[in-house]
Amino acid sequence: MAPETYPRNTLDILEAEAVYVIREVAAQFERPVMLFSGGKDSILMSYLAKKAFWPGKIPFPLMHIDTGHNFDETLEYRDWWMKEIGAQLIVRYVEDSIRQGRVAEEEGPNPSRNAQQTVTLLDALTEFKFDCAMGGARRDEEKARAKERFFSFRNRFGHWDPKNQRPELWNLYNGMKRPGEHFRAFPISNWTELDVWQYMLREQVPLPSLYYTHEREIVRRDGVILALGPYNRLVDGEEAETAWIRFRTIGDMTCTGATESRAHTLEDIVNEIAATRVTERGGRADDRRSEAAMEDRKKQGYF
Amino acid sequence: MEYKTLVKERDLLRFTTAGSVDDGKSTLIGRMLFDTKQIFQDQMDQLEVTSRLRGEENVNLALLTDGLRAEREQGITIDVAYRYFSTAHRKFIIADTPGHEQYTRNMVTGASTADLAIVLIDARNGVLTQSKRHGIIASLLGIPHVVVCVNKMDLVDYSRERFEEIVADYREFAQKLSVHDIEFIPVSALKGDNVVNRSENMSWFEGAPLLQFLENVTIAADRNLVDFRFPVQHVVRPHQDFRGFAGQIVSGTIKVGEEVVALPSMQRSRIKSINFYKAELEEAAEGQSVILTLEDEIDISRGDMIVRRHNIPEVEHEFEATLCWMDERRELKTDTNYILQQTTNRSHALVDEVLYQLDVNTLHRRTESETLRLNEIGRVKVTTAKPVFFDPYERNRNTGGFILIDPDDFRTVGAGMIRYSSRSTIEELKREERAKRLKTPKSTGITWDPGLVGPQDRIRRQGHGPLCVWLTGLSGAGKSTIAKEVEKRLFDEGYQITRLDGDNVRHGLNADLGFNREDRRENIRRVGHIARLFYDFGAIVLCTFISPYREERSYVRALFPAAPGAAAEPGAAGDPNQTDPSSPDAAGPGTPPTPPTPAGTRPAGFLEVYTKASLAEAERRDPKGLYKRARAGEIHGFTGIDDPYEEPEAPEIILDTDRLSVDEAVEQLTEAIRRASAL
Repeated sequence: MAPETYPRNTLDILEAEAVYVIREVAAQFERPVMLFSGGKDSILMSYLAKKAFWPGKIPFPLMHIDTGHNFDETLEYRDWWMKEIGAQLIVRYVEDSIRQGRVAEEEGPNPSRNAQQTVTLLDALTEFKFDCAMGGARRDEEKARAKERFFSFRNRFGHWDPKNQRPELWNLYNGMKRPGEHFRAFPISNWTELDVWQYMLREQVPLPSLYYTHEREIVRRDGVILALGPYNRLVDGEEAETAWIRFRTIGDMTCTGATESRAHTLEDIVNEIAATRVTERGGRADDRRSEAAMEDRKKQGYF
Repeated sequence: MEYKTLVKERDLLRFTTAGSVDDGKSTLIGRMLFDTKQIFQDQMDQLEVTSRLRGEENVNLALLTDGLRAEREQGITIDVAYRYFSTAHRKFIIADTPGHEQYTRNMVTGASTADLAIVLIDARNGVLTQSKRHGIIASLLGIPHVVVCVNKMDLVDYSRERFEEIVADYREFAQKLSVHDIEFIPVSALKGDNVVNRSENMSWFEGAPLLQFLENVTIAADRNLVDFRFPVQHVVRPHQDFRGFAGQIVSGTIKVGEEVVALPSMQRSRIKSINFYKAELEEAAEGQSVILTLEDEIDISRGDMIVRRHNIPEVEHEFEATLCWMDERRELKTDTNYILQQTTNRSHALVDEVLYQLDVNTLHRRTESETLRLNEIGRVKVTTAKPVFFDPYERNRNTGGFILIDPDDFRTVGAGMIRYSSRSTIEELKREERAKRLKTPKSTGITWDPGLVGPQDRIRRQGHGPLCVWLTGLSGAGKSTIAKEVEKRLFDEGYQITRLDGDNVRHGLNADLGFNREDRRENIRRVGHIARLFYDFGAIVLCTFISPYREERSYVRALFPAAPGAAAEPGAAGDPNQTDPSSPDAAGPGTPPTPPTPAGTRPAGFLEVYTKASLAEAERRDPKGLYKRARAGEIHGFTGIDDPYEEPEAPEIILDTDRLSVDEAVEQLTEAIRRASAL
């Protein structure tokens, strides 16, 4: 009799690992929260959370930091998805932080609220006394994230110090902390963009329509295709056009770039990603501002 | 679709790379990403800009992997960075770590999850301290496969001789390591030779290029599918009728209906169901995150471990471990109450003592140090407040690894690998030391494979410890007579026992040997190793050999664990026969200092029994008529007649058969064996 080898593939391994990390967070922290942006990575993460505790409920709330610059589709999907996975949702608004004078709107045309959402996030963590916030960041997204831990330590100011991170050995995650300190945890650290899409395909996870091809009014700015809308208007000299596009990431409307694509099924997307020549962050205007852009934002508490 | 093959399901290989900037490590990774077309257009654009700003002519592939700004400015990488790429066959996760001595901490971290390690050697420099260090760390962390890339072959004219010279050097060094699989590949990361594509400049090299090797190396066999270990992470209880234990199976497999016990309570039950999301599984294996339910309501919470009833890990408060210190602010303190985290279990823990510090460049042991500082590695003894459920790290990386957490600010300050429970390690160490001083083996390039069944497993099943009982004495002194009776008695009592007889082995195994000095030596050498195999099998083995020379008997004794407490506690239990065995080679010149031993150790694995009879009495008995023939000159070199018998100087037991009856001698020896093999 041939010995049973119990074969596993990459997706099984990544799923088991993410589920393990999510359960560790639930077990090690008193008040964890999972952040939800409406993007595919946070959809994946919340889907894994549902699987991790089934038939139990997800034992922590999900939180959306609403920049106020969201696509309508994102918000519709968000509310539907929360019911689908049986999760409790908290929403906090960057708009409120601006109104309360906690943070100022960026100046100039088409202001981005990326920096501002960090303030709203940190305020919300304090408000609810959350001690660990799970995010859907992946290490393959950007160079600065390649060194991020699964359990990322933040000091009392919510800051990330690359020199003061705890070594992570085997699958032992140390979430012990003093009062005021907290953690970010990244259950899908080891997933690549292609893994995410292959998994979505395998599991047939329903996704917002923005990820599939659709016809939309766009503008090409600095080589990035941006959707036109109330928060993204034409600047002098720019011209609007109509194109078949889809989004590879979904964030704030002002900075999420689209790609021209005719992919209208998950299979199409998987094949497109497998053949693609540009990183998904290549379409994000905020990363292009400086080479070490991500690192700067991370130090301030951005995900 | 032409790229359909890219998106089929693949397996996953995690590997670590260690090496300094000078070795071309970042260039090697960059080359792998570049040649497998994993570098995206926008990354490439950015790279060109950066390279140009730095005034470099060509695109600097190393910049692809140098992440943080501070590092880019210093031109070195200072932390573990994870990279991802995939081919049609596999997905790869690279834990990229700096190779400098002060970054041992990072190398250890990167190595902890790796299936394979790539060690880089600069072909111009050959095997340097640092390439040895990487091998040593890979070995300590139990990485099953090592690939040595001899880089910069373009700078030595792709010389086959140079490559082979380095291979020979490294192989010699690697014999000291417990790495099972080691491979050598000559490459030029800069020019792309043998990284992804086969080198045209080195047609003499018949092995696979690096990437092809990484794609094909078998890692499935590295998994421990024997010992079912399920550390409970979280209890899921949505309603009264469902109480599930969530966790990841860290080793072994489990089926519905199997009998299990929960540690530490030792309560028994059976697996009622294995769930993951909406699926109900019949069976699950190592690596899977699942939820188990049990037939019985037993109290289990986070930190407990569910295991198979007949395969239980060590449950101990004390053990020895190899510890790597990771904290730059404070050194290891023996009076600090650290927090030990192992699987999902946490306990307070004290590091009682540093037995020795290990030089990660040479494997030398330094016993003078009483602490460990940042990046230092040593063997320590640990005591925990709660029992820890573990397997030796060599056998199970997931239950043998732990971290130490500082009780004040909760930083992770140490990473440990449990070697054995405290009792057996010391014995193991002493045996290693002695083995080193024996004859150098002729066979090289072989490594010891410990297998999946350990000594503790056999002891648990057998109910007694293994033992080699060596009866020496003149022909006719009564060795075989006594041994046969003892064997029968203990066999009837349920002992796993066997006998090696001097005459019997000369029928087969040693039929090619005569009775001259050289052949007698070889006879005993072979028998000693056979006895050791029985010992490893967990048996009690009785050996009856005249074995007239002290030298040979010392040789055999050295093959077995010595009594560690013997020197510290002379005359154990006041037994007049239980004399203190002075280790025959303990005081030899150049003897490495042996670590201090804890109390409460197991008895020795070897009992020397001097079956003593006067020559006159033996000759009177002459059961086989051999003395008569020797006196008649028909046999030459007969012990006692024309060849000396060197009396044992310090045997554990003396049976004086001139005075004792056979029954008395049998009784005395039987009792001594019962005692020596008791748990």
